[in-house]
This record gives sequence, C-alpha cells and structure tokens, in this order.
Amino acid sequence: MRWFVRTASWAYALAVYGFIFLPVVVLVLFSLQATSFPIPPFTGPSLRWYDAVLSDVRLTSALVNSLMVAVLSSATAVTLGFLSAWGFARFVLPGSGLLRGLITLPLTVSYLIIGMGLLVLFNWAGVPKSLLAAGIGHVVINLPLCFAIIYSQMGDHQINIERAARDLGAPEWKVLLLITVPVLAPAIFAGFFLSMTFSWDEFVISFLLTRFETTLPVEIWNLLRSGLNPKTNAVGSLVFAVSIVLVVLFELTLLRRRKP
Amino acid sequence: MSSNGNSGRALPRAGRALPWALVTPALGWTLLFFVLPFIAMGFSSLTAHEGGGFTLSNYSQFFTNPSYWQAMVNSLQVTAIVTVVSVLLAYPFAWILAEQVPERWQRLALMLAVLPFWTSYVVRSYSWLLVLAQNGVINRALTGSGLMTEPLQLANTRFATVTGFVHFFVMLLTLTIFANLKQLSPSYRKAAADLGAGPVRTFLHVVLPLTLPGIMVGAFLTFVLCIGDYITPQILGGNNELLMPQLVMMQIGRRGDFPLASALSIILMAVVTIAYLACARWLKIERA
Repeated sequence: MRWFVRTASWAYALAVYGFIFLPVVVLVLFSLQATSFPIPPFTGPSLRWYDAVLSDVRLTSALVNSLMVAVLSSATAVTLGFLSAWGFARFVLPGSGLLRGLITLPLTVSYLIIGMGLLVLFNWAGVPKSLLAAGIGHVVINLPLCFAIIYSQMGDHQINIERAARDLGAPEWKVLLLITVPVLAPAIFAGFFLSMTFSWDEFVISFLLTRFETTLPVEIWNLLRSGLNPKTNAVGSLVFAVSIVLVVLFELTLLRRRKP
Repeated sequence: MSSNGNSGRALPRAGRALPWALVTPALGWTLLFFVLPFIAMGFSSLTAHEGGGFTLSNYSQFFTNPSYWQAMVNSLQVTAIVTVVSVLLAYPFAWILAEQVPERWQRLALMLAVLPFWTSYVVRSYSWLLVLAQNGVINRALTGSGLMTEPLQLANTRFATVTGFVHFFVMLLTLTIFANLKQLSPSYRKAAADLGAGPVRTFLHVVLPLTLPGIMVGAFLTFVLCIGDYITPQILGGNNELLMPQLVMMQIGRRGDFPLASALSIILMAVVTIAYLACARWLKIERA
C-alpha cells in the first residue's frame, strides 16, 4: 500500500510538472530555432532571434517603458500602502474596517474592468492616453497588494520599539523613518518587488490606456499578429529571465525576514 | 504612555490629524482612480452610444441579444470547468508536495512548480499555441509517431482556452492549498489515528474540511481572474466562441461603443460580486 502510494505520487507529480513546464520549455527551445518557424523539428541552435529582438527599437524602447512604469508605479503603490498600513495598524480610526475594505477592494475586480473605468474617466476628463495613465492604473492594482502584505506584517511587537523611541523624545516622522521603515523593510521590499512583477507583466490596462509609447506586453501582443514567430519566443524568454530575477529578489527579501 | 486605555494603540501625542494624514493618500488614490472611474462607467453605461441622453438600452441589449447572453453563458461555463479541473489537479499535487516530498526539498519543489508563473502572461498563452497548433508539438508528435494520420484541431477551441487557464490556475491553487496543508498541525492526524481512523477517513473527515478555506480562497481567485481575463481566450480560443471580456474589448476596439462596453463590464462585475458574497466568510484578510 505504502509502495503503491509512493509510486503513484511520483508518477502524478511528474505528470503535473510536465504539464506545467511544457509550454515554457517549448518557448525557450524554439527561441533558439535557426529557421523562421518556431515549430518542430528543432533546427537550432542559433541566437539570431535574440539578436533580432535586441536590435528592434520598438521592442527595446517598450522594454525601457515597461521597466520605468513598473519601478515608478510600484514605488508609489508601496509608499501609499505602507503609510496607510501604518496608520491603520497604529491608530484607532472611526470606520477603519470599512476603509481597509475600500483599499483592498480593487483586488476583487478584474484588470479589464479597472482599465475600462479609467478609460471612460480619462476620456471624459480629456486626459490623453499615455504611459502615465497606464502607470496610474498599475498603482490602483498594486496598492491593495502592498497594503495587504505590509499590514499583515505589522505585528504588535513593533509598537513597543516605536513607543520607546517616542519616550526618548523622537518626533513622529523620526519614529516612522528611523524605526518603522527599517523594521518593516522586508515587507516593504517584498511588496515592491511583487508589484514590479505584476506591473511589468500587465497587459490589459496598458493596452487600453497607452497609444504611441507603450509597454512590452502590448508590443508582444502586436508581434503576435504576425503569427508564430521565433522573435516572439526570444522576447518571451527574455521577459521570463527578468521576471525570475525579480522573483528571486522577492524571495530573498522574504527569506531574510524568516530567519531573524 | 497611553492614557486612554485603548490597549496601547491610540497615541495621545499624535493628535487626530496624523492618522488621517497617513491613510488619506491611499484612500484618495482609491477613490479618485478606482471608485470615481467606476461611477463614470456607471453613468456611461446609461447613455446612448450616439447622441448621449439617458437610456437603459445598453442593459436591455444584453438580455435580449442572444449573442451577448451567450458570451456570459460561455464565460460561466469555461470558468466553472477551469475552477473545478484546476482544484482537482492541484489538490493531489499540493498534497504530494506537502506529504510525500522530504521536508528539505519542499521549498525547491514548490518553487519549481510555480516557476512558469513568472513568464509573461501574454507569452504563456502564446507558448500554448506552439504546443497546440496544427503543426505544433503535440500534433507533430502524434502524426510523427504514427498514432494519428491527420492533425487534431486543438488550437482555436474551447479546449485550448481551458488548457491555457488550467495551466495558470494549477500553479496558483498549488500555492494556496500547499500553504494550507502545511499549516495543519500534525497532532490532528495523530489524534485521528489514535481514535482508529484509517488514512482515507482521516483525509476525508479531518484534513479535507480543515483545508476547505484554502480551497475556497483559491477557487474564488480562480473564478475572479478567469472570468475577467481577455488574453487567454483571445489567443487560444480564437473567435469561434466569445467570452465576456472579448465581447467588452470588441465594443471598444471595433465599434468605439464605450456605453455598451461599460454596461457589459458592470454586468460582469455584478457576477463577480455575487460570487464574492457567496464565499465572503472565507475571504478575510487578517493581521498576523
């Protein structure tokens, strides 16, 4: 019986891993394809499609745009999320349960609807489509996430350190900058890097709210119109590599917290 | 020192202004760029596409035009299939990772299981196209090995859409269910065994009920993300059957009909809200 469970477990786990990795392996493998079609049989290896991606000005400028929007919107989201998390965790506010609910509400709404709403609003207000408009949308989706992560890490044990600082005469802004921020740094970085990965990969909001200058996922979408193309595989593999770096940073910041 | 006896949480020296100064930027952002757009969308959905003026026709179109109605039916069907299949696939997998894999390898095994999570979302759907296309990996393997003479029509079908979605949500659900299984104290299982329950009964009566909250949270996330997603059905499903997000994007892209797109978005959101209320008691964010 035990033997059967073990064997079945292994077989099942391998099958699921196969399912999970199949598209990624195919993507990376055929990005190295020498000929013009990313389909079997594999004719590689060649780096010509990576070369083509890196010399494509539209793709490289979209990549820079994506990184810029990701960094700035994540920084905004994490700042607003941190300040509000501190406010809610440390002070008694009337209706704070309701207000916390309001901040986390966008988590339950699909990106498409958030993008649609902003599109209608900006359209009425005469705000042109731009990277800034898309960035505003990215803060909307990432603020609740940053808030939830940081708020969940605001344990009561940190209150005593803050109180000690106040008793020693520190004004509020010093308590915030010199005590709370360093103590919560892992949660803040975790929120920041997680936001980065979401913003960096976000498509629908950017698609709706940008026009001439746009982000990488939207450019990749445009590339898809030309059908199956090894260039798409190459740019996809590059995006994967950047995301993995961000995730590793996220993991490291969280791990550092776990073993104090 | 705290003087008002509020368990040390109210800070007398801070006054009333500081806490509001801390939470106002986040609240303001949410009101200005989330609530206000939603109100704008609500107004927009009540106006006529040409010429303005208030009308309910955008909503009545949804209920009277069979193709719009069909999009919602398709969306609900696909989402239900995806949610059920993903939970059924992910639960045993999460259980194997939590129970069968040695402790020291678990973190690595879990990280591997969610690694493709971090490929670009657009690219992940496209990769499935490489696998499922007429001359893609699966069809080449089938015809090449002589199992099939004709390639199967896999891409541009509901099967492709569901596969793309399940791929994504198996990873998500594995994470949530694994976390839930690891939180279970082993003493529950010992107690069940001491009282004479076999492994199957222990699982059905102890482990499964205790991990139900995790399953519900994961299933809800699956529902919300799946029913609102445009990319996967657009790339993998083709235009054989439309899902709600595709219908919404079509109104904007091809016809520039913001009012109708707004009305359809609000209907979609109403469906998600109903789902949220149905499982609200499982979905609380609590402070550690």
